[in-house]
Amino acid sequence: MYSYIGKRVLVAIPTLLIISIFVFSLQKLLPGDPVLALAGEDRDPQTIEYLREKYHLNDPVPVQYIRWVGSALQGDLGISLKTNQPVLKLIGDKLPVTIQLAVMSIAFAFVIGIPMGILAAVKKNTALDYIANVVALSGLSIPNFWLGIMLILLVSVKLGWLPASGYQPFFDDPLRSIQTMLMPAFVLGNALAATLMRHTRSAMLSVLSADYIRTARAKGVSEWAVVLQHTFRNAVLPIVTLSALLFGDLLAGAVLTEQIFTIPGFGKLIVDAVFTRDYAVVQGVVLCTAVGFIVMNLIADVFYVLLNPRMRAAL
Amino acid sequence: MIKAPTNAASAGAGEPVLSVRGLTTAFRVDGDWKTVVKDVSFDVMPGETVAIVGESGSGKSVTSLSVMRLLAKGSSRIEGSVLLGGRDLLALSDREMRQVRGRDAAMIFQEPMTSLNPVFTIGRQISEALTCHGDISRAEAKAETVRLLEKVRIPNAASRFDDYPHQFSGGMRQRVMIAMALASRPRLLIADEPTTALDVTIQGQILDLIKVLQEEEGMSVLFITHDMGVVAEIADRTIVMYRGEAIETGATADIFRNGQKPYTRALLSAVPRLGSMAGHDWPLRFPIVDVATGKRSEPTEVAGTIENSARPVLDVKNLTTRFDVLGGLLGRKVGAVHAVENVSFDLAQGETLSLVGESGCGKSTTGRSITRLVQPNAGTVSLEGQDVLTLDTAAMRRTRRSIQMIFQDPFASLNPRMTVGATVAEPIVEHGLAPRAQAREKAADLLKRVGLSPDMMKRYPHEFSGGQRQRICIARALALDPKVIVADESVSALDVSIKAQVCNLLMDLQQSLKLAFLFISHDMAVVERVSHRVAVMYLGEIVEIGPRAAVFADPRHPYTKKLMAAVPVPDPARRGMRRNLVADELKSPVRPLGYTPPARHYDEVAPGHLVRVDDSM
Repeated sequence: MYSYIGKRVLVAIPTLLIISIFVFSLQKLLPGDPVLALAGEDRDPQTIEYLREKYHLNDPVPVQYIRWVGSALQGDLGISLKTNQPVLKLIGDKLPVTIQLAVMSIAFAFVIGIPMGILAAVKKNTALDYIANVVALSGLSIPNFWLGIMLILLVSVKLGWLPASGYQPFFDDPLRSIQTMLMPAFVLGNALAATLMRHTRSAMLSVLSADYIRTARAKGVSEWAVVLQHTFRNAVLPIVTLSALLFGDLLAGAVLTEQIFTIPGFGKLIVDAVFTRDYAVVQGVVLCTAVGFIVMNLIADVFYVLLNPRMRAAL
Repeated sequence: MIKAPTNAASAGAGEPVLSVRGLTTAFRVDGDWKTVVKDVSFDVMPGETVAIVGESGSGKSVTSLSVMRLLAKGSSRIEGSVLLGGRDLLALSDREMRQVRGRDAAMIFQEPMTSLNPVFTIGRQISEALTCHGDISRAEAKAETVRLLEKVRIPNAASRFDDYPHQFSGGMRQRVMIAMALASRPRLLIADEPTTALDVTIQGQILDLIKVLQEEEGMSVLFITHDMGVVAEIADRTIVMYRGEAIETGATADIFRNGQKPYTRALLSAVPRLGSMAGHDWPLRFPIVDVATGKRSEPTEVAGTIENSARPVLDVKNLTTRFDVLGGLLGRKVGAVHAVENVSFDLAQGETLSLVGESGCGKSTTGRSITRLVQPNAGTVSLEGQDVLTLDTAAMRRTRRSIQMIFQDPFASLNPRMTVGATVAEPIVEHGLAPRAQAREKAADLLKRVGLSPDMMKRYPHEFSGGQRQRICIARALALDPKVIVADESVSALDVSIKAQVCNLLMDLQQSLKLAFLFISHDMAVVERVSHRVAVMYLGEIVEIGPRAAVFADPRHPYTKKLMAAVPVPDPARRGMRRNLVADELKSPVRPLGYTPPARHYDEVAPGHLVRVDDSM
């Protein structure tokens, strides 16, 4: 098992290197000069030159890259050009917010998507199945921003049940924190729930027609044990892989959702950084996201192996 | 004892355990109800074994699934009555029926490889059969499971409790299935083609096991099969099914000796019998009985197709093919599968050489190595004097015209999106041998040749039956006028009557086109019928090769003898000759790094009949 994890980590290293090169060069290729933005209105050539020297922007590009990677490995992602704060600190401030949003969205997606998928598969071609599919399709096709605005209008403005925006750190006031996150988590999670539902349904259906399910029925196993144990334990395998891939959707969705609900999270950080050409922040955020994505997939792979005895044997 | 047998009152000697009356099962297909089992009635008495035989689509499996009510609910409809110990199963609620399944009636299935849940240990799966009826504790169930594993003769039963299905071979998995079925001591065991997917020696072991356990437990067995050899061996009474109807029922010996219905006779005459070729020098066509009239066409012997004077059309020398086994952190080579090891034989024009053996013996890999579908490691293969193994890609492509393959699965080996005409014409067009229009004409010709009609050219594969598809595959193989055809289990997936027809077609083609066949098969009885010479393979090597008559009449190598003894003989009179029950497995041809195969010597016991000299087997 450990050697398997070790192998997967080793494989992740080249991936990370390629991502870092990509992130770095993308920055260089973007239009707009951050120094000009920093220098302000008058664009004094001396100031510009001073800033270029200060941020090593006159060095050859490969040298800049190596310097950047070297510091990144030591936890130094540079200083935000805009706020003069270390990028790592900015990320550290915003990350918990987004993690809370992500965890709540995923929890919502799992709690709704998987049971709905199981039910739809078991009750295939009944009214329940059709309703579940229509709901899922709506979840996938309604744009987040529209749903978010409508919810704010209805739940906050009209009914006054939940706050329309803002953020309360979890450990200061858990209840209020969860209240403020409820709508964003729903908006972000409903598309994930729909994807999960569709995949759970099809995975369940393919397992339900397997020979070993017939065997289980033939020995008199009760129907709920056939569905929840014999079938779901096999159907969950592709869902594990899918969940890790959904992490990407989640981050992309978080950017928009945080804008709508003005949540000071990761998504807002990256949008602000892009608009102000805050290179160091953009690089740091993208790198963090990539690491997160790789870690999620690593976890999914490990789970996959743990849940699948045939894979375990191959280790 | 786990529990007393339920419904002991009705288990009197005269009362049938299972009594099926007017069973009619229909499936809903595109909104219409299609009846697949029509008014089937039969009884199974206590301790009796009843076989239902029939070809694919006869409704035999649907009958067994109807008895157990295991068909999908919304899309199937079962009528009639199914009395198990006097209780009508069709009238039970789902909940009551669940208690019947596994407890009063248990079932084992055809595919041991897919019939066990891959994510649960076999111990859990067997004990579940005990615990799911709620009358036994977990600890008791575990002890009982180990006892059951021992009963079905799984070596080191206790230590295998926590193993997963993938750690067992097919035969062992079927033993696990049987243990599961026996768990609650059912009064009726339904076995749906339980040995069809197994090798012949393993099949013998499983049949013996079922018989012994049946005696010990006093169960009744309802045995579903297409294999008349198995029927003769195991069944007291036999029900013949044809197109959803039970057309004939009777004692097995009567059915075999004087079947009343033409279909029964047709079915039986198509069954190849091992040993029936004694006294014949040449391959013999199968007799074909007309299903409607019962008229029998007498088989003809195919003499003198071999061109002995000419040099062999195919000459294989010291062919060796190995597959690396990788392992460890960096995926290094840790061993090799010695799939084909030092195999030599030749094949004359117009001759059929059969390669026989069980799964994993390397017979298919030999065929694929010769056609270079896999790359052999060593040896020479000369086809009409040209060494195939040294050719470059372009030259190999040209050479492929002379050697064509026909595969086992006629469903998977035809492109579903190509018309039959295009499929057969494709090789001709691909090799640039003729323009499209001419290729089409030739394709029409070839279809006629294999017994199909040229106006089928515009149809797609799904519109054809299995036998017709195999004919199409044969037509495609013939498109390039090959000299040699490698037929890899080409008739194994076909029903007996179709199998007989396709074998006859191959023999006809051999006679008219002077084809040489490398006939790869695990079916000894078919091999005996169609071959001129036979090579027996075991663990990648040929252990015995010689003229068919010599090898079958006088098998010398212990493995050849074992293989032949394991073939079920379709003759109820020879029943009851119990073979040994040793649960030995097929050995593996995986060898560690640096393994050098021992030098082999062959003894010529008769002209052309070579037997490998072994110190021990």
